[in-house]
Order: sequence, then structure tokens, then C-alpha cells
Amino acid sequence: MNEVLLYTILTLCVLGVLAAVILYFVAQKFRVEEDPRIDEVEKMLPGANCGGCGFAGCRAMADALVKNDDISSLFCPVGGSNTMNAVATYLGKAAAEKEPQVATVRCGGTCEKRPRTNEYDGAKSCAVASSLYAGETGCAFGCVGFGDCEAACAFDALHIDPATGLPVVDPDKCTACGACVKACPKHIIELRKKWPKNRAVYVSCVSKDKGAVVMKACKAGCIGCGKCAKVCAFGAITVENNLAYIDPQKCKLCRKCVNECPTGAIKLVGMEPLPKEPKAPATPAAPKPAPAAEAPAAKPETPKAAAE
Amino acid sequence: MKTFPIGGVHPSENKLSCSKPIEVLPLPEVVNIPLSQHIGAPAVAKVAKGDRVVTGQLIAEAGSFMSANIHSPISGTVTAVDLVANGQGLRQPMITIQREGDEWAEGIDRSTTLVKECALSSQEIIAKIKEAGIVGMGGATFPTHVKLSVPPGKKAEVLIINGVECEPYLTSDHRTMLERGEELVIGVTILMKALDVKKAVIGIENNKPDAIAHLKKIVANYKGIKVQPLMVKYPQGGEKQLIAAITGRQVPPPPALPIDVGAVVCNASTTVAVYEAVQKNKPLIERVVTVTGKGIKEPKNLLTRMGTPISVLLEAAGGLPENAGKVINGGPMMGRAMCNLDSPVTKGCSGITVMSGRDAVRQTATQCIKCAKCVAACPMGLEPYYLSKMTQKKGWEAIEAQMVTSCIECGSCQATCPAYLPLLDWIRLGKQTVMGIIRARAAAAAPKK
Repeated sequence: MNEVLLYTILTLCVLGVLAAVILYFVAQKFRVEEDPRIDEVEKMLPGANCGGCGFAGCRAMADALVKNDDISSLFCPVGGSNTMNAVATYLGKAAAEKEPQVATVRCGGTCEKRPRTNEYDGAKSCAVASSLYAGETGCAFGCVGFGDCEAACAFDALHIDPATGLPVVDPDKCTACGACVKACPKHIIELRKKWPKNRAVYVSCVSKDKGAVVMKACKAGCIGCGKCAKVCAFGAITVENNLAYIDPQKCKLCRKCVNECPTGAIKLVGMEPLPKEPKAPATPAAPKPAPAAEAPAAKPETPKAAAE
Repeated sequence: MKTFPIGGVHPSENKLSCSKPIEVLPLPEVVNIPLSQHIGAPAVAKVAKGDRVVTGQLIAEAGSFMSANIHSPISGTVTAVDLVANGQGLRQPMITIQREGDEWAEGIDRSTTLVKECALSSQEIIAKIKEAGIVGMGGATFPTHVKLSVPPGKKAEVLIINGVECEPYLTSDHRTMLERGEELVIGVTILMKALDVKKAVIGIENNKPDAIAHLKKIVANYKGIKVQPLMVKYPQGGEKQLIAAITGRQVPPPPALPIDVGAVVCNASTTVAVYEAVQKNKPLIERVVTVTGKGIKEPKNLLTRMGTPISVLLEAAGGLPENAGKVINGGPMMGRAMCNLDSPVTKGCSGITVMSGRDAVRQTATQCIKCAKCVAACPMGLEPYYLSKMTQKKGWEAIEAQMVTSCIECGSCQATCPAYLPLLDWIRLGKQTVMGIIRARAAAAAPKK
């Protein structure tokens, strides 16, 4: 009885050792040489596997970063410049410099400003609805509101606001991976330059319809009047196909256009708007200190001048 | 009795207007003519704002071979060539004409006398059909001259006339067959000549015994034409289903066409339009539109000029009922709900169906219970639950492999689903996306050649 047990254990042990030896040699023979740096780079990357870089995941991106000599065309939007610089320093290559970006929803057609004209009864998906027809409102360009962008966001940075029916981006959570930009069938979401303190000035409308049609459908749409383009001192605003667009590279956040817009389609975020109509005496007050000094209590704007 | 072999459903027929003779709708005051009323390239406008046009005058020319001419349906002045919202609320280029009087272009024979003899050659007939801007009037709007131009190396053996009208509610083809049977059969002989075929079959579903009897009586005087009664089953009016029902042949998956199995299918109304174009020089400027629905006071079959606003047709049928929920361009199975009733009647618009009350609202969707009813119902032998699910998961390669491009969008799957899932909504999206991917692939491969 004991012998049977002993032989069984011994045979299994011998078999195990044999298999281990065979496996060792096989592993040696078929070993895949992999650059250990790929593992290291992958650890540096955010690990979100969002696909924002254009690769299937962080591992594929790390592989590309290690294998390509010139990595200036590769960029991880989630990690940003910090991550890319760290990776570049580790690999001894030059990283691309990109300014941080943030997803911007360019539609101001809230339930209030853009009344519903019909009710959609099909599958609750922006892609399906917009492949069928213009949408529940009179605007064929505006947000459909079924939240394809929300579903696409891997960072919980984008949510449909039930009060307005429009998506709202949390700029602190947004990594500019671009998943929502791809998911939106109406091409409303754009990656724009991220200013400090999340400031922004942008045209919150993508309607290419003529002014009269826009006005009828939505009270917050761009009617292509071109007033903003005229007032812009930096040539940042172009009006094409009845639609104004502010180039984020040229815009200096001077806010002049915001007051000009008759429909309020130009959105201002994180800043106070300029005073509506700058009072005429306010400007000459500064260069003329003498009369101001004579009557310091007369105007509230004068203390600065009086101090001089 | 014959029918197609796989799938199919039996929706309630509701042919409310089948005994209503065709009425002529008074001429509209304003018409909007979309430049794209057919499959293929849009037509190119030949008129500008301020031009005077007469009925039957060419106002837009075919943009390519796969396109169709468009003629003015009324006489008057062009007031605009601009973007106008269509039934789906999307803005399309359209020609707007304000009516003045009722003048006709020269050479159009408006009498009702039958012209039986046709001395034209095959090429001349096809040229005349192309000139008249005829497209498939069953709804697919495939340019008829393209269908008749058989590519070299292929041979048409049989002409099939589609008088099935399997779509519930619609009766425009039914009434056309009954009231214009003689013209229809002469149209068949013209098409046979154009295609150089010796055999033609008119397929009619068995729920139209009057049309079957009427046409049988007429075709007795003609050689090679047969009326084939068919078992009632939706979607028998689908081109591939009808070919399978009548000839027993199966059209291979796209890009194969019916001509690959030697068949050419033409709709009954289209055949009458062919008769008018070839024998009477009359372009395609009017069609029979069924205005129907359970809430509609007087369901009607109206002979309507193209471009007439749909609201005018609804008025003529007694107006929209109070509890109207959906106005559908087409029938309830394949039609599209509209959000703009000022949109015009086009060449492919065979009916306006108004759904009211509970009929207009979809049931709440629940979970798929994998009962496979949709699989049994699909007339193309596809797996709708899978295609729908994989579209939601963006598995484009998977659905391409599962032949999503073969889907004919008949809606049998959705109609039969006990969980009320919006299967077709998703499949349509998947089909569009996959077709886009295939086109992009072909475009990427083209320059390398």
C-alpha cells in the first residue's frame, strides 16, 4: 500500500522535473526579445487605454514611443506635456510640445432657447437619431441630447445637464482624449486650447443655416452677421457659411466680440464680461488728473487719479 | 401558391382606400422640387430665379448616368433655387415654383386615347425613358434607364412587374392596376422590347383579386405576359423577394444585382409612367399618392403633381385628425416619420400614412430574450438581434462579415420583436456605417491601380 503511494509521488515528481527542464529549454529557444523600456514607458503613461493617442491602448503607444526614433508626432493627450517630457527624458528623445486642450461643446440650444418641434420615438442614440432626421428641434445642426458623448467619455468628465439637455464638460476632469469629438454625429464638440483658470471664449453654435432660419429655430444661434469679426483686433474670427468661428490660436480673450454678438452665441467662460458700454468720461478721467484733483469726490472712478 | 422562401411577416393590411377611385388633386399653388428625388447623383438645376416654366419642361438635368432628369410639374415662375427643409427637417436644394395658369410644354399628348403600337428600337425607348426622368416609383427610386441598360455580358431573361404592394395601408399601385390596366400592359410590352425579353410576369398578391382578374383579362390578348397571383406575405414587394417568389432564383449578396439572375423588376406605377413617357411624351410629373390612416376622415388615392406640399394632400383627405401622432411618408413598415408637413411629394412617395393615438407610439423596449423571432422573420436570412447588438458595440467588422449590407430595411424584425427592441434603428445605422467603410476602402484602393 505504502509502496503504491511512494511510486506515484516519485513518478509525478520525476515527470514534473522533466517537464520543467523541457519547458526551460523551450522557453530559451522561443524567447521573445522585448525591450524592457516598453514596460517602463507603459508605467509612465496614464494607463487609461482611452485611445486618445491614436493607438489601441497605452501598451501600443509605449511600444511606438520606444521603437520610433522621432516621437514628435506622438502625443498622449491625457498625460499632457508633463508625461511626454518624462518619457522623452527617459528615452533620450525630443518630445512634442503641445498646449493643453479641453473639449468644448459648441451648442447653446437649451430646451428654453430652442423649442421642440417634434418628439423622437426611436432608439435613444444620437447617432441613430441624426442618421434618420434633423432632430427634435428646428435646428438640424444642434445637439441631439441623447448622450453619445457622455457614453464615450472614459474619464467621467462629460454629462448631459437635464435642465438644458446639453452636455457639460468638467474641464478639470477632461483629458482632451477626443473620444466625445468622435462620438458626436453632429460634430459639435471641438478640442480647444485650455486657458489658465479654464477661461474660454468661443462661438457656441455650429449651424450653417442662414440667419433667418437660425433665428426661427433657436434664440442662441449664430446668425452669421459678422459683427464679431469686425470688432476683433486680432483677426481671430472668420465667418464662413453663415457661421462665425474663433481661432483659439489667435484669440487673446479680449472679450470685445462677446458684447457685440446679438444672439449671445459667443460664450464667455471663467471671466467677467466687459462693461456693456464704456462710459465716455471714464476714459478721459485718467489722462486728465488736474480737474479730477480739483473735485475728488465728484466721481467714483477718480480715486486712482487723485492718488497720483 | 407562390411566395418567397425565407422569413416574412403578416402585418395587418388595413387597406382602407382600396375601393376609392383615383381622384385628381387640384393644381397646387406652390411646389418645391428637390434636386435629389432618386438614388444616385443629384440633378443639376437648369433654371434660375425669375425664369418662367411650363408644365413638362426640363428644369433639372441628370447629374450623371446614375441620376434622373426632373421636369416642372406646373407652369409658373421659379421663385427660388435654394435649400428647403425636407420631410426629415434636413435642408436640401429645391426649386420653388409659383403657379400661374396651366400651360404645357409642346409635344406632350394629354389625351386619354390608347396608343398601342410602338415602333421605336430598344435604344430609343431607353433614351425616351431617361429623358422623361423615370425612376422606380415603389419607393427605392432607382433610375429606370439604368435598370434597363443591361451591362455587356449579361442577359435579361424575364421582366417582372411588381404589383405586390405588400406595405400595409398603401393602395396606389392597386388602384393604378385597376384603373390603368391597359396602359400598364402596353408599358410592359414596351419594357419587354427595351430589354429584348420574351417573357414578362406581373406579380400581384392574392389580397387584390379584382386587380388579378382585371389584368388577366387584358393580358389574354398579349403574348408572353402572365399574371402571377402570390401568397400574401410582407415584404414580397422587395425586389429580391419578388424574384425569389416568381422565378425561384436567389439574388447573390451585394454588389450583385437582379440582372445577375436574369431578372429585371419594375414597379406597376413605373410601368404606367413608362407608357406615358414613350407613347405620350409625358415626363414623370405626377403620381398616385395614397393618403390614409385610421384617423383620416376620407382615405383617398390622389393623382398628385410632384412637389405638392404634403399638408395639401392631408387637407384634401379631411385634414389631420386631432389625436394624430405620426405622419409617415410611405407605409407604416418602411416609411419614414416626418417632422415637416410642408415637405413635397417626390417621385418615390407612394403614400402618406397618419398614425393616431396608441398606434403612433412605440412600446417600451425591454430585454432581448433570445427568442430568435427576428431571425425567423428576416427575409434576407440575417440575424437582426446580432447585427443590432454589434452595431451598439461598434463591431463594424463583425457585422460586415454577417452581411449587414444585405439588409433591405423592411422592418420585419422590429415588427415581430416581442421585446419591442428598436432593432432596425440600430441595423440601419450599422449598415450606413459599414457602407461608408466599404466606400472609403474602395476610394483608398482606387488611386493605387
